[in-house]
Amino acid sequence: MIRIIGILAGLFFTLGVLLAFFQGTSEVITNGEFKPTTAEMVYHKHPKEVEFSFDGPFGKYDRAQLQRGFQVYKEVCSACHSLKFVAFRDLQQLGYTEAQVKVLAAGFQVPGVDPNTGEATMRPGLPTDHFPSPYPNEIAARAANNNAVPPDLSLMTKARHEGSAYVYSLLTGFTEQPAALVKRFPEAKTPNGLHYNPYFANLNLAMAPPLGADGQVTYGEGNPEPTIDQMAQDVAAFLTWTAEPKLEKRRQTGWAVLGFLLFATMLAYMAKQQVWADKKKKKAA
Amino acid sequence: MSFPWAKEYTPQHPLMRYLDEKLPVPRLVYNAVGGGYPVPRNLSYMWNFGVLAGFCLVLQIVTGVILAMHYSADSTIAFAKTEHIMRDVNWGWLLRYAHANGASFFFVVVYLHIFRGFFYSSYKAPREMIWLLGVVIFLLMMATAFMGYVLPWGQMSFWGAKVITGLFSAIPLVGEPLQIWLLGGYAPDDAALNRFFSLHFLLPFVIAAVVILHIWALHIPGSSNPTGVEVKSESDTVPFHPYYTAKDGYGLGVALLIYFAFVFFLPNYLGHPDNYIEANPLSTPAHIVPEWYFWPFYAILRSFTADFLSIPAKLMGVLAMFAAILVWFFLPWLDKSPVRSGHYRPLFRKFFWFGLIPTMAVLFYCGGAPAEQPYVMIAQLATAYYFLHFLVILPIISSIERPEPLPYSITEAVLGKDEAAQLEPAE
Ligand code: HEC
Ligand code: HEM
Repeated sequence: MIRIIGILAGLFFTLGVLLAFFQGTSEVITNGEFKPTTAEMVYHKHPKEVEFSFDGPFGKYDRAQLQRGFQVYKEVCSACHSLKFVAFRDLQQLGYTEAQVKVLAAGFQVPGVDPNTGEATMRPGLPTDHFPSPYPNEIAARAANNNAVPPDLSLMTKARHEGSAYVYSLLTGFTEQPAALVKRFPEAKTPNGLHYNPYFANLNLAMAPPLGADGQVTYGEGNPEPTIDQMAQDVAAFLTWTAEPKLEKRRQTGWAVLGFLLFATMLAYMAKQQVWADKKKKKAA
Repeated sequence: MSFPWAKEYTPQHPLMRYLDEKLPVPRLVYNAVGGGYPVPRNLSYMWNFGVLAGFCLVLQIVTGVILAMHYSADSTIAFAKTEHIMRDVNWGWLLRYAHANGASFFFVVVYLHIFRGFFYSSYKAPREMIWLLGVVIFLLMMATAFMGYVLPWGQMSFWGAKVITGLFSAIPLVGEPLQIWLLGGYAPDDAALNRFFSLHFLLPFVIAAVVILHIWALHIPGSSNPTGVEVKSESDTVPFHPYYTAKDGYGLGVALLIYFAFVFFLPNYLGHPDNYIEANPLSTPAHIVPEWYFWPFYAILRSFTADFLSIPAKLMGVLAMFAAILVWFFLPWLDKSPVRSGHYRPLFRKFFWFGLIPTMAVLFYCGGAPAEQPYVMIAQLATAYYFLHFLVILPIISSIERPEPLPYSITEAVLGKDEAAQLEPAE
């Protein structure tokens, strides 16, 4: 009985899904393609190949690079983007001293309360504060950015596929929209106020190229030339650190754990072999 | 119950004798996983996954309880609380990565455990109750994992919850009110997040209870084995301890090596980047996908794109998705072959390796791909095979197939006829 009901139920679902299959297939055949081709399908690019010091299971952050990246963030990106999960005191991990961090924090204005009147005001940042948003609220952010909100960058490199390479590619990827694209997909022409960038998911974004010229940021003695490419790599490295500040500790702990486990597993294997020795089939003597 | 030759627990120390009289927990342990539990001597490594699943459950409960000490299910701060765990809590990043990857790892282990069951038809009498409880555990695991994924309140948390709870609206008449009642609103929000947290905390303990029943039921007939031939005499078995404690210990070591390689070196590999973006009800992600362990069933859900016999497509999809798991409950009665192990069932074996396994792989792949052609049509063919396999093919081959000859006993299968003859009692 169960088997007869089972076979009927099986046929019910099979026929149901095959009907859907034939409908879908006939649509594909009439259209002559799986799905309509869009500008994104043809022009969207995967992030560029780029090497970072923290690549691979042994990789580590390069403190000097993180400091340069921080400088780019502070002087360029912080005009529009917050880092709400990063506190100023975290910068000590980049090699800044406590005193330097105090000064850096004080350079940012954060929302506060006037101690005399109780009214909302702005005050200089303290090391325990987090990087603030430059806009009082979302409406102000939209108003200033062609109706787009500059996203918080704390987790950006984990919020995109191949995030570090993505940020680097995005910053160095702004170009003219190809004429062939507009010719083939007239409706995909970059709207006014947006900027063409083949690394962005839908090709046009509200951010104007933030790194416009070599030497936009002045690096200190002993650092590489601040070319656009270099600045983009540095800020991408910095944003990798903001997203995963525990990366080095994680890998270091990981090697210790794997080393211990390898040893323990070998012991367990030998114990198992010994326990089972008398139960195995005897080899023909 | 056990085999007559099972060793009896004999406490030596007066204290243990006292305990044995008043509260015989050591006896229970001895008979469950100690020298007092005879187990077939020929179990392959495919029999390691039950113990590994138990390990995963404990791991999830321990890491989960500690995470809950630092988390808060208020939808305005849940995302930030998760980051607080990652950044400010001592070893919080390890706890969270261990728990998130632990869930994935749990599913890897349980899928292997279930597919071991399919191949060796472990679901057959006298083990059908073990199997039924197993399917209950699997359903509870899916519910737990789904609700857990909502807790960090990222984009995929929110949109996954929205899509899955939206399935209730496919139920005729009561669907929409039911969905609103379950969510405590029209879309997932604070109310939903709080009840998901509460249930996510509760369900693992319910699972633990069902696992106890599962193992209790297992200890009545004892484990099956790769030949599927039942235990006949003492030489077919070895005591669980030290034989299988040693083998499970080694298996655990290998499994942990793989697991920790992910936790420490690829902690976000199995996750979706969108979940590092805070939930935003106004911005729909380009592709909404659940976690990888739901992909095969998600593919089945999305395969029903046409109304059938005036049943709306969406309802068909929901019915099919649930049916895809519920058919497992009926396996003990659908597969009538008296032979258990796939090693001795030539037809069954072909349909397993060249039918079921590739179908699951295709469903898995399509479930993770965007809901576009050609993935949809490929998934539709795989879905059709999936239902045919369990509900039509399996019953039919189990009555027409001619099984290959079975070994006389487990001992003979391991040692060969000559050596076995010396060990086994004459008939
Ligand atoms: C003038 C304001 C402004 C400045 C300066 C600026 N951005 Fe942006 N950024 C935006 C806006 C607006 C968006 C949102 C774009 C959209 O969604 O269309 C954005 C988006 C982004 C994104 C997300 C792209 C995505 O995939 O969604 C990244 C990454 C980014 N900015 C990085 C940077 C970095 C790094 C800097 C500094 C080098 C920087 N931005 C400087 C305004 C700015
Ligand atoms: C929390 C999850 C689970 C735990 C902790 C668990 C635990 C165990 C253990 C310890 C065993 C004995 C060792 C072994 O055969 O591997 C076992 C056997 C078994 N389990 Fe599970 N299990 C779980 C989930 C499931 C699920 C989801 C199913 C099926 C849908 C299942 C079906 C079975 C069957 C049929 C057996 C007997 C196998 C045989 O003897 O051949 N289990 N389980």
